[in-house]
Amino acid sequence: MASKAVLTGTHFMNGDDACCEGALAAGCRFFAGYPITPATEVAERMAKRLPDVGGIFIQMEDEIASMAAILGASWGGVKSMTSTSGPGFSLMMENIGLGLCTETPCVIANVQRAGPSTGLPTLVAQGDMMQARWGSHGHYEIIALAPSSPQEMFDFTVRAFNLSERFRLPVLIMADEVVGHMNERVVIPPAEEIRLVERRKPTEPPGPGYLPFRPEADGVAPMATFGMGYHMHVTGLTHDERGYPAMDAKAQAQMMERLIGKIRQNRAEIDAWQAFGLEDASVVVVAYGISARSARGAVAYARQEGLAVGLVKLDTVWPFPEEFIAGLAGRVKALVMPEINLGQMVRELERLAAGRCRVELVPHPGGAIISPTAVLECIRKVLKEAS
Amino acid sequence: MNPEPIQAALPCHPQDDLLRTDRIPHIWCSGCGIGIVFNSLITAIKKSGLNQDEVAVVSGIGCTGRMAGYIALDSFHTTHGRAIPFATGLKLARPQGQVIVASGDGDLLAIGGNHFIHAARRNLDLTVICVNNFNYGMTGGQLAPSTPFGAKTTTTPLGSPDEPFNFCALAAACGAVYVARWTALHIRRLTTSLVEAIQKKGFSFVEILAPCPTAFGRRNQIRKPVELLRMYHDRSVVRNDLDPNLAVIDFAGNLVVGKFVDRTRTTFLDNYGLVNRREAPDWLGLEHERLREEKARAGAGQ
Repeated sequence: MASKAVLTGTHFMNGDDACCEGALAAGCRFFAGYPITPATEVAERMAKRLPDVGGIFIQMEDEIASMAAILGASWGGVKSMTSTSGPGFSLMMENIGLGLCTETPCVIANVQRAGPSTGLPTLVAQGDMMQARWGSHGHYEIIALAPSSPQEMFDFTVRAFNLSERFRLPVLIMADEVVGHMNERVVIPPAEEIRLVERRKPTEPPGPGYLPFRPEADGVAPMATFGMGYHMHVTGLTHDERGYPAMDAKAQAQMMERLIGKIRQNRAEIDAWQAFGLEDASVVVVAYGISARSARGAVAYARQEGLAVGLVKLDTVWPFPEEFIAGLAGRVKALVMPEINLGQMVRELERLAAGRCRVELVPHPGGAIISPTAVLECIRKVLKEAS
Repeated sequence: MNPEPIQAALPCHPQDDLLRTDRIPHIWCSGCGIGIVFNSLITAIKKSGLNQDEVAVVSGIGCTGRMAGYIALDSFHTTHGRAIPFATGLKLARPQGQVIVASGDGDLLAIGGNHFIHAARRNLDLTVICVNNFNYGMTGGQLAPSTPFGAKTTTTPLGSPDEPFNFCALAAACGAVYVARWTALHIRRLTTSLVEAIQKKGFSFVEILAPCPTAFGRRNQIRKPVELLRMYHDRSVVRNDLDPNLAVIDFAGNLVVGKFVDRTRTTFLDNYGLVNRREAPDWLGLEHERLREEKARAGAGQ
């Protein structure tokens, strides 16, 4: 049924729909979710599309249950996802932690709206970026991608599934209301041109010596799922390589090393950004998601004015591209970040610049996107003050 | 580190083939009823004749939640209250698998209460086993949704002001197809019920009244395990097929046990297939102009 799952062709669709199509193209066959503006369209399209490709859609009683169900489905051997927005994302935090601790591949799309609390349900924000990084309790590494167009909603959702299967963890798609609701051209390639990654399965037969959480050289353990005969134990308690609870500091250190190490040692596969005009830039705008489009407009205007400005669009936002940004900070006068919050990811720039260059935020409290003019004014101001 | 395994020094237990013997000794207190239920569950799994590769046990958090950690099957120890939604995903992703949820009263019906009622409503093909020890044992004996009115716990030091749930009535009202309650003393009947529940298609629920002398009994003048068991023995009465609404747990009167519900409803997955094949019934009854008798009697015409 590949033809039904991959809608090869050129479409005019919104970002939420494109997210759904990306998931189906990536092999997602289980969706559990709860309606919430502005992410509802992902669930609605899944409800319609999944039965046609042999998948299951279930509307759960809340987002806590939705997140738990997609973890269960993943251990049932099926690629799974959910979608939500701020209030639901808050409820999912508990079981995102369970997914991280039990190394469960799955994908969560957060189509951000303005908060805190119920906030502005129908209007844009990028206010959950630090929640994405640190929202579940305890220390961990997470992967989050930030699409800025319906096309990227498709492409990044495929990539999110690939990363989750490759590294065995929940991967977050940090979209926003504008990207979710805007209609644009989306090109879906033929199925055979979409690169898919599947979780590694254990090669040894089931038996007493089997260690379900023993990583291979790349830091990732192969994953047995329900029904394969391994009779493995999976727990959200701190556990050893057998998967057994181990209540001591040494076991905690070993598990944390595993959970964090598998991300840190594979940064080359995870990091992703697009850079424009960095060669001669004395000011670089660093942006992600919908704000990267405001930034692109501003940089284009600035360069028309002859200003030496570059752009970095972050495709992977977590883990943050530390080495790259630190290097950049050492050779430019200023980094500028527009984001629809009052300063979240800009803290990463400040941390990495460490005083070596100026870091300027173009903030927005939410409810509207940032105009290119606002970014342009900031660029002009910074350049003027630097000269 | 975990204590050294001691199984080498002991004779084999008849259930060793389904126990993670390298995790023994377990964490349960002396006099706890969970071991009895656990033994009964393993016996029931064996008696059910299932392919054991296709049986999964899912637990939440708490003393009973540790069952998943001791059974040598695919087993999942999830977050507090979320065993049922996790099991929902597991079952729907692998419908040929048999998914058993085993957890405590606080886990399933306080923090997990919302999931419980909706899974029963959907008639998901799950077997849900609830060990009811009337309090939160793992954290040292706090108020549970089952704690009797007036009973003492660490968070109700002068007695609980809350009225407890009747879990069986709740399960039945929400649509469970199999509902039974036993005490940890009714081992033979419990095992039979667990076999029936496992074999039953749809949402089946078995509640077991279990002693918790360590956390619950000692604050309520029933400190010795045998005293609690004697109370269960003396005060439990078997009332099979009783309306679960009438099957109350009244320590001063009767502890009503029995098999209360055994009926058939199509499961979520069956219904999912029906609607997606466009074979679902005409729920609005548009094809029939039906005279409402009640309205006719009331003189309201049609």
